[in-house]
Amino acid sequence: MMSKPHSSADSAASTDQSSIKTGAQIIVDTLIEQGVDTIFGYPGGVVLPLFDRLYDAPINFIIPRHEQGACHMADAYARASGKVGVVVATSGPGACNLVTGLATANMDSVPVVALTGQVRTELIGNDAFQEADTTGVTRPVTKYNCIVKDVKELARLIKEAFYIASTGRPGPVLIDLPVDIQVNKTSTDVSAKLELPGYRVRTKGHAKQISIAAEAINKSKQPVLYVGGGVISANASEELRALAQKANLPVTTTLLGLGSYDQSRPESLDMLGMHGTAYANYAVQECDLLIAVGARFDDRVTGKLETFAPNAKIIHIDIDPASISKNVHVDIPVVGDAKLILAELVKEVKPHPRKRWFSKIAEWKEKFPLRYDKDSSTVKPQYVIEELCRQTKGRAIITTGVGQNQMWAAQFYRFSIPRQLISSGGLGTMGYGLPAAVGAQVARPDATVIDIDGDHSFNMTMTELRTAVEHKLPIKVCILNNGYMGMVRQWQELFYNKRYSKSYLSNPDYATVARALGAVGETCERPADVPKVIKAMLAEKRPCVVDFRIEREENVWPMVAAGKSLNEMDGLDILERLI
Amino acid sequence: MKHIISALVENKPGVLAQVAGMFAARAFNIDSLVVGRTEDPKLSRMTIVVVGDDRVVEQVRKQLAKVVPVVKVQDFAGEPVVARDLMLISISAPPEKRPEILSLIEMFKGKVVDIGPKFIMVEVSGPEAKIEAFINACKPYGIKNVARTGTIAMPRQAKTEP
Repeated sequence: MMSKPHSSADSAASTDQSSIKTGAQIIVDTLIEQGVDTIFGYPGGVVLPLFDRLYDAPINFIIPRHEQGACHMADAYARASGKVGVVVATSGPGACNLVTGLATANMDSVPVVALTGQVRTELIGNDAFQEADTTGVTRPVTKYNCIVKDVKELARLIKEAFYIASTGRPGPVLIDLPVDIQVNKTSTDVSAKLELPGYRVRTKGHAKQISIAAEAINKSKQPVLYVGGGVISANASEELRALAQKANLPVTTTLLGLGSYDQSRPESLDMLGMHGTAYANYAVQECDLLIAVGARFDDRVTGKLETFAPNAKIIHIDIDPASISKNVHVDIPVVGDAKLILAELVKEVKPHPRKRWFSKIAEWKEKFPLRYDKDSSTVKPQYVIEELCRQTKGRAIITTGVGQNQMWAAQFYRFSIPRQLISSGGLGTMGYGLPAAVGAQVARPDATVIDIDGDHSFNMTMTELRTAVEHKLPIKVCILNNGYMGMVRQWQELFYNKRYSKSYLSNPDYATVARALGAVGETCERPADVPKVIKAMLAEKRPCVVDFRIEREENVWPMVAAGKSLNEMDGLDILERLI
Repeated sequence: MKHIISALVENKPGVLAQVAGMFAARAFNIDSLVVGRTEDPKLSRMTIVVVGDDRVVEQVRKQLAKVVPVVKVQDFAGEPVVARDLMLISISAPPEKRPEILSLIEMFKGKVVDIGPKFIMVEVSGPEAKIEAFINACKPYGIKNVARTGTIAMPRQAKTEP
């Protein structure tokens, strides 16, 4: 008779019974170990084991009205807090509803971990009820995803998800969890080690490259710092400030870079690009050195690539090697963490007055400021935003929809604090503003959070107002209501002979909708009422919606039409006539 | 220009989809893609032939390296490599033509692996150009079927062919 071999199963069985856990318990324990105290999510059939464990877990759980809302909330929570946002959804429709939110986070490099339920392992591929190939559907819109096939791997895979989401160039990671995995038990402890042989992050910049970059900066007569959202996600604003002020560098930012540099500083050129300031765009076109930090030369920033910054040598500091020379040839690449690289760079740059360059910039600033008609008898959207900025002393957290509302918010609110602007830049997701305000308010309960939204953006996700009411989140929603999909209409006006094809819908009365959902609802139709309506809104402790009936055919100026060079801006003549 | 890119990847489910999906999403053209196991059961090797200018191929290399389960990426362009394809080809071979077809196979160092009344199946391996040349040489007889592996490659130690 043969003796029974000593198997690993035997040794597992002999371990302390108390360390044997279900998959659902492992998930919750690992999340808590990762520092998660807030989850956004929606239950459903195959995530019930997980939700049962969440019933009495020490986690603040926010239930949206739609999974897309949950994903945007988790994304905005991450942007506002710097932590990883967590979203949970069920299989099939639940997971599919996350797609827009994941793509939004992916384009803007936001750390989100999504946990989705999946049908039982043996049913996968059988077209089971509420089955979708979630990893297949979400692969192109996530930094990484996987399906858990063995409960023993569960703790490790969740830890890997957090590590991948939050390091390097951050991004969303999805873990698909078949229901049997949530129920199965294992003794594997939560202290599992990461196994990521293919995932390496270079944080420290190459010292020689940094020296070459510093030398180029010291030699430059007409430099421009071009700063993107990477500086905010790297928490490198302080290093950026030190660099710009020591070396005397004008600073322009992308949409997502707003807040990384104090716009009240004289060297700030504000935002560049399609709807950037004339002085930023002219400075980029005439600079002899462009120092890009945590930015990716997006087409909305560069305009026509062939003529972008034609006289400039380009330094590119980025954590993602694939961003280097992707759109624009880079002369001096420095790959690594912006915070570390900028800190090194500060040591090597020398003070430099650059008087002629700054006087040229001052001329452009003088000649082409952002303007609007202040004597209008209708409410101008720019006025609403200026007034919001004035009354909040420029310190509110601003979320936006997408389109004109977003561009006006970027142009007329003055940002000075990182993580202050929360906007869907890369994907341009209409409907982002309201759920983003909810997520941001959850992350920053004491902050004033204002969603500057468009009527049609708000229409897309307005059901989430009830989420804010339920969780007593005092968000403010300012709808810049022109009755159009404003940016679509603007393009139709400029490029399609004013044929406003399908760019308007009939809107409800938003104040009534807000009240029906349990929030405060106001309407503002006259410019004279704007200050007091905003004052009352800011004093309100409940979620609040103000429907500003704005000038219907107001345009965003200046504008670099698609395919034009940055210095070929439309609308400068219109702005000049406003003096 | 054609580049042979060799990627060492984790041997786990979904990796092929991640790599192929990245190529599709970024509109990179794949000439051929071969996946096989390596001496390490945890790793597979993908050999991918890509056509594009240097800028495109540089992006391919970087984007490939970014895919989480991709462990190592090498572009063999400009390096001396041994690159081989394997082909099975079924050729129409009536008895009166067989002697000349067999001598053709001999010239290409092919191997007859199956014989039927009308067709013979031949195994040929070698650089892609040789495979193409053999296909062309067989065309006059009539080709029934071709199955090819795509290119696999490895850098040479010695700088010249032995």
